[in-house]
Amino acid sequence: MEKTSKKRKKTFTRRAFLKGLGGSAAGTALASKFLRRGLAAPPQEMEAAPVHSQKTVTFSVNGRTVSLEVEPRETLLDVLRQKLNLTGTKKTCDRGECGSCTVLLDGQPVYSCLYPAIRVEGKTVTTIEGLAYGDELHPVQQAFIDKDGYQCGFCTPGFIMSSVALLNRNQKPTFPEIKTALSGNLCRCGNYVKIYEAVRTASERMRKA
Amino acid sequence: MKEHEIVDDLNLAYLEEARGKKAQGKDVPAEAGEDFKLIGQPTARIDGRLIVTGRAKFTNDLTLMNMLHAKILRSPFASAEIVSMDLSQAQNLPGVKAVIKLKEGRVKYEGEQVAAVAAISEKTAEEALQLIKVDYKILPHVVRPEKAVEEGAPQIHDSANVEKFNEYSRGDVDKGFAEAEVVLERTYKTAVEIHQTAETHASIAKLDEDRLTVWDSTQAAFSVRDGLARTLGIPTSKVRVIKTYMGGGFGSKLGLNEHTVVAARLAKETGRPVKIVLNRRENSLCVGNRPSTSITIKGGAKKDGTLVCLSMKNYTCGGVGRGDRCSEPLIDIYKCPNVKVEEYTVYTNTGASRPTRAPGHVQGTFALEGFLDELADELGLDPLELRRKNYSSANQGETGIPYSSKGLNKCYELGAAKIGWERRNKKPGEGGGKIRRGLGVASQIWWGAGVPGTLADIKIHRDGSVEVICGTQDIGCGTRTYIATIAAETLGLKPEDIAVKIGDTVYPWAPSSGGSQTTPSVAPAVRDAALKAAERLKQLVSTTLNIPASRIVLAGKKLFDKENPDVSVTFQDAAKELRREAVFHGERSDLPAGFAYNSFGAHFAEVEVDTETGQIRVAKVVAVHDVGRVINRLTAESQVVGGITQGVSTALFEERLIDDNTGQMVNPNLQGYKISTSMDIPEIVPIFVDLIDPRINNLGTKGLGEPPRIPISAAVANAVYNAIGIHLREIPMTPDKVLKALQGKEANS
Ligand code: FES
Ligand code: FES
Repeated sequence: MEKTSKKRKKTFTRRAFLKGLGGSAAGTALASKFLRRGLAAPPQEMEAAPVHSQKTVTFSVNGRTVSLEVEPRETLLDVLRQKLNLTGTKKTCDRGECGSCTVLLDGQPVYSCLYPAIRVEGKTVTTIEGLAYGDELHPVQQAFIDKDGYQCGFCTPGFIMSSVALLNRNQKPTFPEIKTALSGNLCRCGNYVKIYEAVRTASERMRKA
Repeated sequence: MKEHEIVDDLNLAYLEEARGKKAQGKDVPAEAGEDFKLIGQPTARIDGRLIVTGRAKFTNDLTLMNMLHAKILRSPFASAEIVSMDLSQAQNLPGVKAVIKLKEGRVKYEGEQVAAVAAISEKTAEEALQLIKVDYKILPHVVRPEKAVEEGAPQIHDSANVEKFNEYSRGDVDKGFAEAEVVLERTYKTAVEIHQTAETHASIAKLDEDRLTVWDSTQAAFSVRDGLARTLGIPTSKVRVIKTYMGGGFGSKLGLNEHTVVAARLAKETGRPVKIVLNRRENSLCVGNRPSTSITIKGGAKKDGTLVCLSMKNYTCGGVGRGDRCSEPLIDIYKCPNVKVEEYTVYTNTGASRPTRAPGHVQGTFALEGFLDELADELGLDPLELRRKNYSSANQGETGIPYSSKGLNKCYELGAAKIGWERRNKKPGEGGGKIRRGLGVASQIWWGAGVPGTLADIKIHRDGSVEVICGTQDIGCGTRTYIATIAAETLGLKPEDIAVKIGDTVYPWAPSSGGSQTTPSVAPAVRDAALKAAERLKQLVSTTLNIPASRIVLAGKKLFDKENPDVSVTFQDAAKELRREAVFHGERSDLPAGFAYNSFGAHFAEVEVDTETGQIRVAKVVAVHDVGRVINRLTAESQVVGGITQGVSTALFEERLIDDNTGQMVNPNLQGYKISTSMDIPEIVPIFVDLIDPRINNLGTKGLGEPPRIPISAAVANAVYNAIGIHLREIPMTPDKVLKALQGKEANS
C-alpha cells in the first residue's frame, strides 16, 4: 500500500481501492456458513466507507521512502500505526499530553498524535523501529535494558525517542537537563529514576565510543 | 548484605534450627538456597530487546484478518432515563457492520455504556456513534459523598446511599478510653484517584464456530475467561484468553471488562473479529478508580506511648460501586488490645471503583500513620519510638497468630540510619525560614503470600532446550525474567536459555496478577517443576556416570559429580536420556497453618515546603522492605521506585474532579488529571532486608507489588507535618491547602 502510484491518485479513493480488494475479503466471508446479519450486504459494498478527501504524501520513514494517501483528519501517529504497521509508536492520550507517540521528525522530537499526516510531505521520520542497526541496538536502547528503564514498556518507545533527541543535541547532559528533556513524557509505572540512569549510562557510553 | 545477618527475633530460632539440620545433611526449606547464583542478583529482562525496539505487541498492536473496530456510545449524564434510542442512521452509514443497544432505562453515571458500533475502521465507528440518536430524560444526580448521605439526596441504587459493609471489634474500647491518659480524635481524607494506565483498555474478540478467542489487555487472563463464559452462557472450555504485553493495570485490568463482552457480542453479530480500544476519556470515566475516604480515628494511649485503644469510622465512596475496606492496617499492625471498626460505603452517580494498587491500605495507612504522628506529638515522643513501642509479633495487634516472619524492626533501623532520622524537627514545625524541611516515617503491612495450587510446567526437549509454561501474566514486573532465572538457577543454565511461555489460558493455571500475589504464586511453582526436572535428570545421569544421584550437581550447563567435577555430562546429553520431550509439573504448595503471612516495610521521606507558594517538593525517600527473598534485584528496585513515584503523585497531585452541577468529570485527561512527571521525582533509595521467610514457599519469597505503594503518601504527609507543624490530613496536598493551613496557623498564633 505504501507505493501507491502517483498517477492513479487523482481518481483513487479508498472506496474504489477496497472494491478492488472486495473479492478476496468477501470470499472469506461467504465461505462461512455462519453468516450473521451484519454480513448480509452484497460483497462489493462490504468494505464501503464514508468518503473523505485524500492527499498523497511522500516522506521517508526509517530510511525508506513511502508514498501514500492520507486524509486531512489523520495524524502521523495513526498513519504510522495503521497504514504502515509501525506499531512501536504508542497512543496513550491522543492529544499531546503524554509523549508516548514521540517520533523524530527531521531529527526533532514531536508528538505524532498532534501532527497532521498531510504535513509530513518531504520530511524524514524516525520511529522506535528505526533506531537499531540490524541486531545492534542504539546505545539508548541498550541502556534502557541494562538499567531497567521500563516496567510495562508502553511509554518506553516515546522515552527512548526523547532521550535520543536529547543526546543528539547534547552529548553530556546534566541531571537537570535530562529531567527537563524528559518532562514531556509520562511514565505511569513511575520508573523515571531508572530512566534517568539509562540516559546517563547511554550518554557516557556514546561519549566513550 | 548477607541474607542471614538480618533476622528479627521471631525468625532467628527457626533459621538456627534449619541451619543445624542442614549441617547434618537433612532436608531444609528455603535456606538451602544460600548458594544461589542467579536468584537474588540483578538480572536484565529477557524480553528487553522486544520492548526497546517497539516489537513487543500490545493488544492494540494486533490486527487480525477481516477485523472490525468497535466504539461505545456512553451516557454524557450522571443520571438520566433513556426515553428512546434510534440506531437506524448509524446502521445505514457505509462501513458500519453492526449497531447494538447496550442499555435501556436508567443510566447512573457519566460514561455508562449505552450502545455500540462495529465498523470497518475506528473513524467510521466514531462517525457512526454520532448518528445514534438517544433521547434522555435528565434525572437529579448526586456526585459528592457528603451530599449523598443527606436526607432527600437522589437515590443511586434500590437500597440507601449509605451502607455498612464492615465491622470489627476486639477487647473493649470504652474500657480502653477510660484507661487512656491521652485521647485524640482526627479525621483524614483521601480523594478519588484514577489508575490512568499508559495503555488504555483494549480487547479483540474472535469467534471460530463456537469457540471464542479474546486478546485482552488484562492482569487476569483466567478470570476474564471465566467471566466471559458466565456472561455469554458458553462453557469455559470454549473460551481462550490471550494476554500479550500490557501497558499498566494497577488493578483497573483485573477481571472482565464490560467492553470485552461488547467486543464478543459484536464478533458474534458480524461473524468477524472485533477490536475495541478505549480512549483516555473512557479510561478516566469507566474502568475504575480508587474510592475516596473520610476516616475518623479516635485513639488512646498511656503517657509512655502504649496504645490502649483505637476506634475507626470510615466513609468511603466508590461511585456506583463499593468503597474500600481501609481498616486492615489499623486492626493488624500495632499492638493494641481494644479496637473497634465501622466502615460505610457511600454511593454516588459516578463510575464504579476498582481495586487500585493496594486498595484500602493506601487510604487506611494515610489515616493511621498520620494519626500516630499527631499522637506522638501530643505525647512528646519520637514518632518512630511510638511505632517501636507498639511493635507486635503476632497479627491482630498481637492478639492473633504469630507472623511467619516480620522484618519491620530492621526496616526502621536501616531506614532511620539512611535518612538521618536525627535531623528531623524534634517539635513539628520548629524550623524557620521560607523553605521548611521535614522528615516523616510510615509503616506498611500487606498480604502477598501467593496462591496455593498455582501451576507451572517445565518442558525439556531432546535437544536440551527448555521451556517454562504457565498461564500467568507479566504486567510489567518482570515475571518472564524471574521465571527464566529460577528455571536456569535450578537446572544449571542461563536465563536466556529458557523459553518462557505465559499469558494464555491454554497454559497451566495461575492466579490474577493483583494483590502482590504473582511472584509468591508463580515463582514457587516454577521452582517446584524445575526441582522435579533436575531430580529426574540426576537419576538418569547417575546410571550413566555410575555415581549416586545425590552427588550430582547441575551448573554451567552440565551435570557433574560434586566430589569430582571432572566427571560430568552436558545438560544437552543428559536431556537425550529423557528419550522424548518430557514435561514436569510444578505446583505452589499450601501455606503451613498457624502463622500469618505478611510483608512489611517502612518509608522515610524528606520534604521541602515553600511557605510562600505552598509547593511541596519531596527531596528524598528511603524505602525499606521485608518481602522475603528478593528474586531479581533489578526489577524489584523498579517496583519500589514505581510505587514511590505513584504514591508521591497521590500525595501531591491526583484528584478526580467532578462538576457538582453537571455531574460530569472535569479532568478526564492527562492534562487536567495531574500525575507525577520527571520533574517531581525525589531521590529514591530502595533497601531490602533480605529476610527469607522459612515457611511461606520453597523460595521464601513474598509479593512486592503493593508494599512500596502503601506507606509513601503517609510518609510524605508526615514529613510535611514535621516541616510546617500542621498535619494537612487530606491528600492531595495541593498548594492551596498548604497555604490555607499556614494562614490558619498564623491566625491562631
Ligand atoms: S499520545 Fe501523543 S502525546 Fe499522548
Ligand atoms: S513503563 Fe509503564 S508507563 Fe512507563
